[in-house]
Amino acid sequence: MGRFVDLTLNGFTYGVIYAAVALGLVLIWRATRIVNFAQGALATLTTYIAVSLLDRSVNYWLAFAGALFAGLVIGALTERVFIRPLYGKPDLNPIVVSIGLLILVESIAGAIWGSGDRGFEPAFSQIGISVGKTHLEFSHFDVFVLASVLVLMVGILVLFRWTNLGLRMRASAFAPEVARLLGVRVGRILTTGWALATFAGALAGLLVAPKVLLSPNMMDPILVYGFAAAVLGGLDSPLGALVGGIVTGLGISYVGGYMGSSMETVGAAVLLIVVLSIRPEGIFSRPSARRV
Amino acid sequence: MLEIDRLSVAYGPVRALTEVSFEARDGSITAVLGANGAGKTTLLRTITGLVPAKEGSIRYDGKEIAGLAPEEVVRRGISHVPEGRGVITELTVEENIRLGALWRRRQPDYQEAIDRAFALFPPLESRRKQSAATLSGGERQMLAIARALAAKPDLLLLDEPSLGLAPLVTAELMRIIRELARTDGLTVLLVEQNARSALSIADVAIVLNLGRVVASDKAAALASEDELRHRYLGF
Ligand SMILES: Nc1ncnc2c1ncn2[C@@H]1O[C@H](COP(=O)(O)OP(=O)(O)OP(=O)(O)O)[C@@H](O)[C@H]1O
Ligand SMILES: [Mg+2]
Repeated sequence: MGRFVDLTLNGFTYGVIYAAVALGLVLIWRATRIVNFAQGALATLTTYIAVSLLDRSVNYWLAFAGALFAGLVIGALTERVFIRPLYGKPDLNPIVVSIGLLILVESIAGAIWGSGDRGFEPAFSQIGISVGKTHLEFSHFDVFVLASVLVLMVGILVLFRWTNLGLRMRASAFAPEVARLLGVRVGRILTTGWALATFAGALAGLLVAPKVLLSPNMMDPILVYGFAAAVLGGLDSPLGALVGGIVTGLGISYVGGYMGSSMETVGAAVLLIVVLSIRPEGIFSRPSARRV
Repeated sequence: MLEIDRLSVAYGPVRALTEVSFEARDGSITAVLGANGAGKTTLLRTITGLVPAKEGSIRYDGKEIAGLAPEEVVRRGISHVPEGRGVITELTVEENIRLGALWRRRQPDYQEAIDRAFALFPPLESRRKQSAATLSGGERQMLAIARALAAKPDLLLLDEPSLGLAPLVTAELMRIIRELARTDGLTVLLVEQNARSALSIADVAIVLNLGRVVASDKAAALASEDELRHRYLGF
């Protein structure tokens, strides 16, 4: 029983991290119909930026905020410089460019910060909490992980539902041409979407780094699970990203815990295949909203 | 005043418009008629910058607007209700309309323009919070026009507003368009398959055939030219 509780809590914690990555993928997919394979690499980059700031003895929360802000800027720049020239080109081009970007960013990170592992200080203690006599494999840092992704998700939902920017973002995603006729500067909206997506990735990087050690390809497996989460959620629903992330996190945690960690990837693949054969459009997607 | 001068447009090797010239005076309704594939939609899409002009000029209020992006053209006071209406069904009725006005949200009469758009079409008022997907075809057309009007345009481009509407609804729509031109001085470019109802409210009309202007005259005069009517307008 204790083990089940621990695995569940662990599943939730990793699940929301996958959800943050998935959210980034979803934001970009909605806006530009591109799967951003560089999402993880960019998150690694922003995490290294936080580390560099910490090395210069910048205040922890300032470094944290700095990395998130860097995510916004890097996301916007990526869209402007690398992605914008690809609109209207064959679908293969963005795939090639984003994979190229993944390799480029990871090797630049390796060149600057070295390819070895390094620790990343957590914001809060990573020692498990005791409730009464039971000791849980669930720390204050894990609480922080859950809370910060929750804040991110609520923030994005509020943005989409209740702000003018969100209205423009939804219109641009669903009907870009009509949105332009109505005066929406869709180009800027796409840049904003990429900025927010990379912001979400940056948060995921900062949250996962204390758990797995920082290295240039730290985010590679996280991106795979984040992608699975995004697909489960239907690829164009932020709420779907959250649910998909948690389902993926729990699935992997149970499989890893009861069947051994070597089974984790297989477990994720099986989960994906099972869900997609039941609901090919993902759990949360409205198929009518999908324009291919 | 909209002045179009020797405008040519091509989709790759396919010529869609050839040396189209005409003018639309302020407060007038110009019907743009012609068979399927004549180039009517292309004409509107070129004016709003969705399709690039190959040659020629499009001047509005004396300024060249050919080459401007659609999101800038609307800021010059030109609203385009596209073919098929372009209602965004993933948004509510109110969101659709607000979106149309959003670029001028710092203008003092921003809210007033939205309220007026609703007031013009009472069926929309009662369905503000509903998804636009729940509207009927006629209501969607109302929404598309209300949304365009919420931007307080001086020039309204309508692409086949009567498409799929019952005759009574079409007549009502034509009445509203006529009204807007009369009372607000709105200039209208009205693309229609339904030549008879378009001519009934238009001041002038042009007829396109294979991308060329083959006739242009006062609406009443055009309607009485039997030969032309039979050949291009089918009534
Ligand atoms: N995106 C496009 N690519 C290539 N050719 C096009 C495109 N859009 C229109 N055309 C061609 O340009 C010509 C004019 O088309 P357009 O849509 O302007 O006609 P229309 O008068 O609006 O017709 P309808 O009454 O059927 O709406 C047609 O021959 C059409 O096939
Ligand atoms: Mg047409």
